[in-house]
Amino acid sequence: MTRFITSSLSHLILLIGILIMAVPVWMIFASSTHTSSMINMNGLQMLLGDSFYENYLRVLLYQGGFFKEITALKMFFNSFIMATGVAILSVVTSLMAAYALVYYRIKHATLLFWIIFITILVPLELRIFPTYSVMAELNLVNSYFGLIVPISASAIATLFFRQFYKTVPDELLESAKLDGANTWRFFIDFLIPLSKTMIVAMLIFMFVFGYNQYLWPLLVTTSEQYWTVVMGLKMMSGSIVHRFAFVMMSMVPPILIIIVLQKHFIKGVFQDK
Amino acid sequence: MKKVQFKSSYSQYLFLAPQLGILLIFLYWPIIQTFRDAFTMQDAFGFGATFVWFDNFLFIFDDPAYFIAFKFTIIYSFVITLITGSIGLLLAVQANNVMHGKSTYKTLLIWPYAIAPAVVGVMANYFFSERFGLLYHLFHELWGFNWYESVFDSYIYVIIAGSWKQISANFIFFLAGLQAIQKSVIEASMIDCKNSFRRFWTITFPLLMPTTFFLIIINITYAFFDTFGIIDTTTIGAPSGETRTLVYKAYMDGFRGLDLGSAGAQSIMMMLIVLVITIFQFRYIEGKIHYN
Repeated sequence: MTRFITSSLSHLILLIGILIMAVPVWMIFASSTHTSSMINMNGLQMLLGDSFYENYLRVLLYQGGFFKEITALKMFFNSFIMATGVAILSVVTSLMAAYALVYYRIKHATLLFWIIFITILVPLELRIFPTYSVMAELNLVNSYFGLIVPISASAIATLFFRQFYKTVPDELLESAKLDGANTWRFFIDFLIPLSKTMIVAMLIFMFVFGYNQYLWPLLVTTSEQYWTVVMGLKMMSGSIVHRFAFVMMSMVPPILIIIVLQKHFIKGVFQDK
Repeated sequence: MKKVQFKSSYSQYLFLAPQLGILLIFLYWPIIQTFRDAFTMQDAFGFGATFVWFDNFLFIFDDPAYFIAFKFTIIYSFVITLITGSIGLLLAVQANNVMHGKSTYKTLLIWPYAIAPAVVGVMANYFFSERFGLLYHLFHELWGFNWYESVFDSYIYVIIAGSWKQISANFIFFLAGLQAIQKSVIEASMIDCKNSFRRFWTITFPLLMPTTFFLIIINITYAFFDTFGIIDTTTIGAPSGETRTLVYKAYMDGFRGLDLGSAGAQSIMMMLIVLVITIFQFRYIEGKIHYN
């Protein structure tokens, strides 16, 4: 009986937690399917209205008005390029750097280690104007390259890969050497397949990290053609239901990725089960 | 350090080059410029800069607005850490308790983690708007809530906005921590101690210490840096600068005020704070916790 009561209490608390998470998002979604005059008169809505297609299609495809020159569709495209670029660039460079740190006897290894890992302590926010002036000097303002590369300058994934490589048994390299594998073969044919879970987890993490960037795209893009979704929140104008619709759509890609790939993400980050 | 390693004269540098190159150009170069900015003063027309030693630092220490931002950042990180940590732990313990639906609960609680802080801020904005914000009107009924004017109320606004999605992160890590505790330890403690509440605080919680301290650092970093998007989409510092974090203030001084010297000096102060927290974490915490 006590068992039943405590477990019911657990379910109740979890349910309240879920409601705290879900209700605000649901209300914005429900409100985004109404008309602006409805919202202006009656406030946020709990129930769905019938302007879903009208509102969402207008935001996605209409050029001019909501934003001046760019459609939301193009912004999603830009965000996707940016997030994918950040994920691939940071994961590939981190994989390689961690490999050199773990599998080579390097001169000044400690110094190199610190040069790479101390950067974790200096997030982009702390060097944002100088980074901008570097980008301006290199003529990279208003380009995908400018959106992607400074965000990819991160050693977080390197830290994870280094930890992971250290747990790989020494015998793997010994037997690979007996089979005549050189350093590239060992890296590509043995180590990368072995770190697949970790790679997927880091790709997800860096994709969401790249997609969610707000301040950097705001600073480094002056041309609307390079605007991303999240920074667009700052720029959007127009009627309230269209803004609701844009907010709703902006959160769909990262949430979808986290939910669909949840297992890989958790498995990789916690290295368990 | 691996016992078996490659020895080569050059190929390790090929592996290191991409990351080192990106870090040197897009991280170290800007950091050097930050230091240069912090110790120089631009002349009014932007033609040149004079070396001014620590003047920029003295100016920020003389600036009452800096201490207001400093105070807010400390309060903000403390409250966010406390709220999100305890709610995250509470939910994780319940999710770990239930027999059925564990993975469903996990999925239903994990997704807010993925939402950008700026998106959360815009959403919060709708709930705290004077026109149709539900929470605005609820709190207004209760005690005359008005974040445009009251510092306390504006704190409540940004704390709710800042805590919401961070509960998910705390939940995920606490749940992973709980699941990593060996079953035998829990079973043994069940024989020794019948009171489940006391059992949690004397056995389970101490075993969660590594997770707890890791999350404290994560939450502080979040409150320091990631909340920029939240502040910029909610109060923008309202009533009059009381809800500006240090990062937000540095950005505003550099961007709106074009005072790169001050922004640089503020950035270096932040780097020092982060460094102190990190050293504290390594020296103090790592030494005192027993990992199982």
